[in-house]
Amino acid sequence: MTDDKILEVNHLCKYFSSGKKSVMKAVDDVSFFVKRGETFGLVGESGCGKTTTGRTIIRLYKPTSGEVIFNGKRIDGRLSKEDSRAVTSKMQMIFQDPIASLNPRMTVEEIICEGAKINKLFPDKESMRKRMYEMLDLVGLTREHATRYPHEFSGGQRQRIGIARALITQPDMIIADEPISALDVSIQAQVLNLLNDLRKDLGLTILFIAHDLSVVKYFSDRVAVMNRGRIVELSSASQVYDHPVHPYTKSLLSAIPIPNPRVEKQRKRVDYDPGMHGYDASNQPSMYEIEPGHFVFLSEKEFADAKKQLAAQ
Amino acid sequence: MDENRILEVKNLNLHFKTYSGNVQAIRGVDFHLNRGETLAIVGESGSGKSVTIKAVTKLLPDNAVIDSGEILYEGQDILPMDDKKFSHLRGNDISLIFQDPLSSLDPVMKIGKQIMEAILIKKQGTKREAAAKALELMRAVGIPEPEKRFNEYPFQFSGGMRQRIVIAIALACNPKLLICDEPTTALDVTIQSQILDLIKDMQRERDLSVIFITHDLGVVANVADRVCVMYAGKIVEVGTVEDIFYDPRHPYTWSLLASMPSLNTSSEDKLMVIPGSQPNMLVPPKGDAFAARNRYAMKIDFEREPPMFRISDTHYAATWLEHPDAPKIGIPALLRHRIDEQLREEATS
Ligand SMILES: Nc1ncnc2c1ncn2[C@@H]1O[C@H](COP(=O)(O)OP(=O)(O)OP(=O)(O)O)[C@@H](O)[C@H]1O
Ligand SMILES: Nc1ncnc2c1ncn2[C@@H]1O[C@H](COP(=O)(O)OP(=O)(O)OP(=O)(O)O)[C@@H](O)[C@H]1O
Ligand SMILES: [Mg+2]
Ligand SMILES: [Mg+2]
Repeated sequence: MTDDKILEVNHLCKYFSSGKKSVMKAVDDVSFFVKRGETFGLVGESGCGKTTTGRTIIRLYKPTSGEVIFNGKRIDGRLSKEDSRAVTSKMQMIFQDPIASLNPRMTVEEIICEGAKINKLFPDKESMRKRMYEMLDLVGLTREHATRYPHEFSGGQRQRIGIARALITQPDMIIADEPISALDVSIQAQVLNLLNDLRKDLGLTILFIAHDLSVVKYFSDRVAVMNRGRIVELSSASQVYDHPVHPYTKSLLSAIPIPNPRVEKQRKRVDYDPGMHGYDASNQPSMYEIEPGHFVFLSEKEFADAKKQLAAQ
Repeated sequence: MDENRILEVKNLNLHFKTYSGNVQAIRGVDFHLNRGETLAIVGESGSGKSVTIKAVTKLLPDNAVIDSGEILYEGQDILPMDDKKFSHLRGNDISLIFQDPLSSLDPVMKIGKQIMEAILIKKQGTKREAAAKALELMRAVGIPEPEKRFNEYPFQFSGGMRQRIVIAIALACNPKLLICDEPTTALDVTIQSQILDLIKDMQRERDLSVIFITHDLGVVANVADRVCVMYAGKIVEVGTVEDIFYDPRHPYTWSLLASMPSLNTSSEDKLMVIPGSQPNMLVPPKGDAFAARNRYAMKIDFEREPPMFRISDTHYAATWLEHPDAPKIGIPALLRHRIDEQLREEATS
């Protein structure tokens, strides 16, 4: 990992209009960067805007405002054909909904090779097919699967087709939207080890969207916690877990199910009520650096209290 | 008939016809579900969990062929039932939550209306009452501003919100049996924990029986009374949740428990993976299907299929290691250590 930033997201907003007058601020002033070779985790409650952030970065949605810089170039606006091709092959997304993202009328081989074909990444059919078999092998599927159709697979197997499709173009960066939640734990382990190896061997950068915090902790260098379209805490993975500061992060951590029946059946979760902050016009939150590299979104007063608490720990 | 059993599956065998041959997806599955209990089904991806419950709800695709078996719902075999009779049962008694939330919602119907339809199927109450109940359910599954969301379409919802709507629909008709196929995988932990509480509350109030498929062993620990472990179209171990977590016997169960990261696993440690690939279900392996990937496999594992050995009244495992003449191989050290630590944690908490 270097200090070179492969991706920079500055003040990104994505609003959807729903109904006549109301606006859904799915992503609201989100800023972060990802270093080359790093795994950056994005966690947060359902509906907080993780997928929308990912889809806006990869140009599936047009941002309402803000900028996205990839490999030193702004990619949020209109791009030339050439630039847009460079983005599509160098940045890939693994989608959350495996069945909706696979064309039911295409065979596995066609699905995996589609992007590589469009971007003309292989000189001939033979080398493309060879690579496709390698990909199937890599994600734990077999050659026999290449001629089958998506509906003939189990949920977890479909997810692996999506992963093979994303990896075949040899991207610099992958946006993995809950790539493993549909997989069983041993395959999860395989995929995580696989992504980990790829990042060591090929310097792959991963933006990892997930809600399974033990996996995110295991897997990420840095983590951003999102709540209602905003990042509320951002730091190294160990800092977030060892001394969470924002009450939302604390609540999220308290809700992780523990694979130990006697402990889990008694666990109490700490609920988070966004109204608890009592923010008003004179008391607005903003991002503060509470320790080096550890940012939290609090009001000035809350920040002062949190700082005292952290020092006392 | 055992009055206490709401569901019993006996020696179910089924295959899928495909261009490459017959996929032997379910190979002799036996299990039962008691009234008011929650049974979790865990197991490798592709091991047949979803197909099993599709058989139980008669929702198998056309290329599926049931070779043998019985599925008794309240003592009645549902396999010979005609569609009309069974769909009545499915609408009234049995509710399903599928793995793929998007595919079970109608993309062109407003969310609120979809929940209302599920309520009105039972022909109870007026439209207005149904609307009120739909809103209440939306609130119960944690949809913020349900009044506003009521008139939106599925595409306007996030992945996890859609899944919560599917859950609301499943609960709308007051089922006796709720079958959930990875209902919470798309949800964050806070919502997940709310939904699990909601299901548990309903269970207490109305003696609901639940089958719960999930990959998250933390969720299993939370909801399950009993657990079935599946591998390659068979149930290889069944027991109470404590039998499975603290005293696992099948080598596949060992690998499963050892391969999850915990909050204490550091990224320096490689996660334990099961070597080799999934068995080819066109030609399922002879003997114990897990043998080829099992470090502890013995000669007999490759030759003869192990029967279910009884460990206690609640606990059974299909592995030759339980045969009285088998060598005494204990649980792998790493897992032993983890279990001991868990039991210590329990003692201190
Ligand atoms: N329509 C179909 N045609 C052919 N094979 C199928 C079909 N549906 C499922 N299968 C096969 O049946 C086996 C069992 O699939 P099933 O969906 O039950 O797995 P699962 O245990 O639910 O896995 P997951 O955890 O990934 O959801 C798999 O090998 C799958 O490829
Ligand atoms: N195409 C769309 N039109 C209107 N609203 C949308 C659209 N896509 C998403 N939203 C809304 O934006 C918000 C954020 O959705 P998003 O899918 O980004 O959430 P998420 O964090 O990925 O959640 P999950 O963990 O449930 O997948 C939600 O309130 C959702 O309803
Ligand atoms: Mg999402
Ligand atoms: Mg399944």
